[in-house]
Amino acid sequence: MTTSHYIAEDVLAAPFVLACLLYLAAAFRDTGWPVYRIGLFTVGAAAAVVSVLGPLPRMAHDSFVIHMTGHLLLGMLAPLCIVLAAPVTLALRALPVAAAKKLAKLLRSRFIAIVSHPVTAAVLNIGGLWLLYTTGLYAWMHESALVYIAVHIHIFLAGYVFTASIIYIDPAPHRYSFLFRSGVLVTALAGHGILSKYLYMSPPPGVGQEAARAGSMLMYYGGDVVDVAIMVILCWHWYRAARPRQEEATAA
Amino acid sequence: MSEKNEAMLRRNQANYAGRNVLSGFLFGLGLIAFIDEVVFHQLLNWHHFYDLSTTAVGIVSDGFFHAFSWFATVAALFMVADLRRRQSFWMRRWIGGMLTGVGFFQLYDGIVHHKWMGIHQIRYGVDILPYDLVWNISAFILLVAGIVIWRQTSQMKKQRAAA
Repeated sequence: MTTSHYIAEDVLAAPFVLACLLYLAAAFRDTGWPVYRIGLFTVGAAAAVVSVLGPLPRMAHDSFVIHMTGHLLLGMLAPLCIVLAAPVTLALRALPVAAAKKLAKLLRSRFIAIVSHPVTAAVLNIGGLWLLYTTGLYAWMHESALVYIAVHIHIFLAGYVFTASIIYIDPAPHRYSFLFRSGVLVTALAGHGILSKYLYMSPPPGVGQEAARAGSMLMYYGGDVVDVAIMVILCWHWYRAARPRQEEATAA
Repeated sequence: MSEKNEAMLRRNQANYAGRNVLSGFLFGLGLIAFIDEVVFHQLLNWHHFYDLSTTAVGIVSDGFFHAFSWFATVAALFMVADLRRRQSFWMRRWIGGMLTGVGFFQLYDGIVHHKWMGIHQIRYGVDILPYDLVWNISAFILLVAGIVIWRQTSQMKKQRAAA
């Protein structure tokens, strides 16, 4: 752990603290903004901060299990909580009209359409993990603070974009069917599980056998837990959308 | 239940016959995968997370089945809620679908995963033959029972439509 890694901690934590303050400021000015969303954003930002700042990342340097705990917090739990907090909706309501229009236009852009496609998002998310753990990237990240920052930004953003591409909480101009999103979600979870088992047998360079086993099992089952939450929300949305029309309901 | 309501229920069940059997089947897949995980992996510790003979194709197949079984459980239960909301849930047909799913997955696990791909065996350090026989024969019985019940309800549906 070099001094620059301590700076990296601050660089990574600052955006989450700032975003949380902005969110809270906008949410408290917006009467009628649900309290549970405020809670979700705070929990999500806190999970992200804990995973990049303080004792956890320092211990993660030496322990693969702790590293994996941080990865689950930053790449899965924090993105899910923050997606559920509907930050884009809040921004559209809080921003002045001109700025809100610009944001809405950005969301409809070609770039966002490509990046937020469920398949692209899944590849960025799971593919990124494959790169991190099966190449020299994992060791390099512990050498270079810049690489460390880039990898952690990627883990969060890829987790966020993927979650947002599967469950629609904020306005999503480019929409895909429930069946399609379910298929991508199952495939992504499978990719996550396959990587976990692969790491069990062939640890990343510099990680011992025992540590790799404990870490990969945590990855496998931890991924299950967060993804089941995403599945429940996705199916709940289907249940709501598939509601029988009024005449059908009264006829039945 | 009045005669009119009963006729309505039967019509609804017939309209959603496919969704009843699909929901049951998906739940069966999820249920047996869950039992496998809890009983054989966690409680008995007979199955291993990973066994050195596991092939790459075995890990891939296990990954997909594991992920899909989670989704199947959740989706199946939401489908039950949907069927009940439409007053078209058909318990008998659903159970037929469920047993088909349980039997199908257990047989797939027993033949393809354990024997062909060698992901892991049922138990280690014992003569495996009796275990394999019990596993696969019980799977086959469940599968056949499920299909029989499911076909019976299809017959019932036809008779009701004719009546």
